[in-house]
Amino acid sequence: MPVARLRVDSLTKVYPSVVANEDVSLCVNAGEIHAVLGENGAGKSTLMKMIYGVTAPTRGKIFWEGQEVSIQSPAHARELGIGMVFQHFSLFESLTVAQNTVLSLPEKVPIDEVSRQVRELSDHYGLAVDPDRYVHDLSVGERQRVEIIRCLLQKPKLLIMDEPTSVLTPDAVRRLFQTLRQIRDEGCAILYISHKLDEIMELCDHATVLRAGRVTGQCIPSQETPQSLARLMIGHDFVVPTRQAPQKIEPVLRIDCDYLATNDPFATPLRNIHLEIKRGQVLGIAGISGSGQLALCQLISGEITADDTMVLFDGKPIGHLGVSARRNMGVCYLPEDRQNTAALGALTLAENGLLTAAERARLTEHGLLRRSRMREFAGRCIKAFKVKAQGPDVLAQSLSGGNLQKFIMGREILQKPRVLVCSQPTWGVDVGAAAYIRQALIDLARNGCAVVVLSEELDELFEVSDEICVIAGGELSPVKPIFQTSVEEIGTWMSGLWNRDGAEVEDAAA
Amino acid sequence: MLRLEQRSCPSQIMRWLSPALAVGLTVLTGVVMLALLGKDPWRGFEVFFINPVKSTYALSELMLKATPLALCAAGLAIGFRANVWNIGAEGQFIVGAICATVVALYFGEYPFWTLALMVIAAMAGGAAWAAIPAWLKTRFNANEILVSLMLVYVANLMVSWLVFGPLRDPGGLNFPQTVMFEDTALLPVLIQGTRLNLVLVFVVVVLIAAYILMYRTHLGFRMRVAGESAKAARYSGVNAKSMVWLGMLISGACAGLAGMAEVAGPMGQLTDKVSSGYGFAAIIVAFVGRLHPLGIAFASLVMALFFIGGEQAQQYLALPGSISMVFQGMLLFYLLACDVLIRYRVAFGNLSVAKQVRKGALS
Repeated sequence: MPVARLRVDSLTKVYPSVVANEDVSLCVNAGEIHAVLGENGAGKSTLMKMIYGVTAPTRGKIFWEGQEVSIQSPAHARELGIGMVFQHFSLFESLTVAQNTVLSLPEKVPIDEVSRQVRELSDHYGLAVDPDRYVHDLSVGERQRVEIIRCLLQKPKLLIMDEPTSVLTPDAVRRLFQTLRQIRDEGCAILYISHKLDEIMELCDHATVLRAGRVTGQCIPSQETPQSLARLMIGHDFVVPTRQAPQKIEPVLRIDCDYLATNDPFATPLRNIHLEIKRGQVLGIAGISGSGQLALCQLISGEITADDTMVLFDGKPIGHLGVSARRNMGVCYLPEDRQNTAALGALTLAENGLLTAAERARLTEHGLLRRSRMREFAGRCIKAFKVKAQGPDVLAQSLSGGNLQKFIMGREILQKPRVLVCSQPTWGVDVGAAAYIRQALIDLARNGCAVVVLSEELDELFEVSDEICVIAGGELSPVKPIFQTSVEEIGTWMSGLWNRDGAEVEDAAA
Repeated sequence: MLRLEQRSCPSQIMRWLSPALAVGLTVLTGVVMLALLGKDPWRGFEVFFINPVKSTYALSELMLKATPLALCAAGLAIGFRANVWNIGAEGQFIVGAICATVVALYFGEYPFWTLALMVIAAMAGGAAWAAIPAWLKTRFNANEILVSLMLVYVANLMVSWLVFGPLRDPGGLNFPQTVMFEDTALLPVLIQGTRLNLVLVFVVVVLIAAYILMYRTHLGFRMRVAGESAKAARYSGVNAKSMVWLGMLISGACAGLAGMAEVAGPMGQLTDKVSSGYGFAAIIVAFVGRLHPLGIAFASLVMALFFIGGEQAQQYLALPGSISMVFQGMLLFYLLACDVLIRYRVAFGNLSVAKQVRKGALS
């Protein structure tokens, strides 16, 4: 039997407050794509950090091509032949592809030589990337290709891909898979980290499933069903939210925006946005990240102010009003960044409630804080949304991602919003909490709120939405009732390919 | 090789003990330093740390010395919590002293009204001086640390010009100082036989007001949010620019008030040495006091001890006056060092061993 490329044996990582990995063993062979499957918080990242030398295991051994090694640092890991493509890219936007690549190389190589190598690799693997383009011009998919090529330049024997598809359109995912298969067939081992069952069943040769830091199964994905994998991953079957047909649908908020650029020079400006948001239903907005979602959300929430008639609420122009004024009218917004925007880790839950609910939950009086009301309001959020927290006085940073998301979701919903815009409501949230949050959003809409959900995950949007549209390159596609469209159509639209009333179909390149 | 490793959960108790630890280490190092300078360390300890607290009069002097520090630090702490870095309290202190002096010189003989007007003028003057960096920050995004710091030197030159020129006491033998103020322009003494005056009441009022603002009002909460994260501030509808303005104006007004209390208190006139570095020392006081009004009250007393100890050391030990600056520096150094060690631990990672392991793995 050939020696495994990488074998980890009973790896355990103990952090002071939590055991992130316990007795995790797995084995990756050359020429194999090995999946590490698990929901958020299952310990996938910790495992990869140990393999890539970012953090040291508390116990256990790592064998590289049969030899026991102690990986000291990412540089050491790269020296051994381990390459990693992170979920969040580390590229300088103001440099070209070739310049970014030179920076990642351990030794000095002339830039022309690097450009030549990048072209060679991009031809060989069908990873279309021009070494002379600036990174800020590239789409997310192209940036990922730059990251992959940077790894391949160092001729890795093991490539780690961390949730690589979360930012890609379905078409780009297909192309990525082709490349990964080719890399595998040339003898490289690949560790593929994901929580998406269909991808793993399609791509991977073996899978190791993690749950709560422990291995719950080893399997060959093609011989499993989504249900059996789900049971290994979360311990029970997926919960699909229930929904009745919407009752009373009325337009509440209208956006008419021909063009709007933000202060951020690298952000996508909004173009030709004409959107009606209706109470009683959930509107899903799909799109790969960085397509203008943030600007659209902030245009609704009031973080970006514009001409007064750009945003109409109950027919009244509110485009010029700021965040507080709009929130007091019932226009609420929940951004995707929980730790630093929607909530503050260094504040208690009671104080985090005050962050947005001061007016609508009457937590202040004559400019003074009403401490008992703040604690009572936070307590209600905790209770109503089954947040696992000791009470309103604990710091937000002590909560897990899912619990914090449930808390701030509760904070917004208990303010009885008339419009609620949610960006990535289940991002980084465990499956159980995600199901709960989706149900809460549907229920909120059925109770007469206008709910908008922006997400990169089409499955999620198809579960919760009554109507759906796509944002791509700062433009909105037409809105379609959910039962009149399909994942395939929306997936195509995510590349900007929809029919613009006879206008030329333009390729916004994935 | 020595490395710093982040601690996964820093001790909360140590966070509050660290200022005390820093004070202890400063005292210890100070005594050692005196010994190295050839002075009797016990005598040095006595001069520095016992004499300033051994009698009621000495204690009253200590408290008097602490008042400008506490006033400046309370204002600064409000700004620092909102991430507004006013480093120029020294300049605002001086401008406050100038404004109060002008009132005292031209409107000096009205009981109560003179003092009231001096307070208002001084606070307005300090705030106006702080408004310059605030405006440059909010309008042009100029760094408020640099601007406020540079304005200290402008204020210093301005006070020199005034006391050498237009405001100089004609009968003052050409000394750079104004005439002594009328009694109506002096803060009344609280305890007979000491110099401790009404400023103590100002300090108590300012510290309580600062506490209420920081911990009890929605405004204080919003300032804190702006200090924690610009994104969260924007999201929750906090206007970051108003927070910069507020942080600057409040700290400027407090420093101005401290300047007024100095000229209307122990000095009784304006000189070119009106501030002996209170505005800068107050930055250290604010941090040693953990940006909390109660902590600031204690920290200002400790810092006052170093000031008075330094003066005494000049008199009794024939040491240079800059000795109190050395103590200030040490205190800040130890505080920062303690804070680093609370958040990080020292690890001994031998890189050469790591390299050996790497070579072994590759062969």
